[in-house]
Amino acid sequence: MNVLERFAAGHLEAFEPLFRQHQAEVYRWVVRIVRDPAAAEDLTVEAFWRLYQKRGQLDPQGNCAAWLRRVATNLAIDHLRRAHPAEPLLAEPADQQRSDCVTQQETRTAIGAAMNELSPKLRAVVQLILIEEESYASVAEALGISLSAVKLRVFRATRILRKKLEERGVRP
Amino acid sequence: MTDQNEPDQELKRLRETLRTAIPPMGDAEPRHDLWPRLLQRVEGRVESSAFSPGRQWFAGVPWFDWALLSVAAAAMLLFPALIPALLFHL
Repeated sequence: MNVLERFAAGHLEAFEPLFRQHQAEVYRWVVRIVRDPAAAEDLTVEAFWRLYQKRGQLDPQGNCAAWLRRVATNLAIDHLRRAHPAEPLLAEPADQQRSDCVTQQETRTAIGAAMNELSPKLRAVVQLILIEEESYASVAEALGISLSAVKLRVFRATRILRKKLEERGVRP
Repeated sequence: MTDQNEPDQELKRLRETLRTAIPPMGDAEPRHDLWPRLLQRVEGRVESSAFSPGRQWFAGVPWFDWALLSVAAAAMLLFPALIPALLFHL
């Protein structure tokens, strides 16, 4: 009997090993979307809390990692929706900021602003596919949508981003 | 890692521009162990559901015990003289 089977069967002591097995992966996925380590930690805990609450309905043979990733993705998108639109994109190394010349800083600011103007769903897709280079298939699975829907989102997002960047004088 | 053909050079350029301005998070790890926070939440829920253990005890008593207790209480109220006899049988 594996950890998920034990947990689904009501053995609550299996929850910790299950958490330890998946926490890093869930956190990594979430932080790639929200780019805020503190928020990513909260959302990771929330995703596992939901797993705990749904333990009675879990499929012992199911894909726990995929279930967690989907829940975590929805939580991360909700977080982007709630977050202040003017919130800067975090997790940029301070050294890098110092070494940048003014033009690069301006470009960075323009890109950050353009990203913030995207809808949370489009922003998540841009973060995952264009910045983190995740596969279209894994993003489709995490969002619970088809591959073609992901491609469409990328297409729409890039079109909007180009337009917003051009408005700000940045030519990608 | 990306499994799509991207003949679109513009998309590649946009990707590069974005990645220059917004560096990938890569394989970031949580800054500390998240298990204690989750455990706190789980225990909080367990405590709240198991709140007032008296209520759980109350719910665990079979209905006929309550019926018997009601009959005994009614009998004591209506016929106080029976109390010594009842006490004798306890």
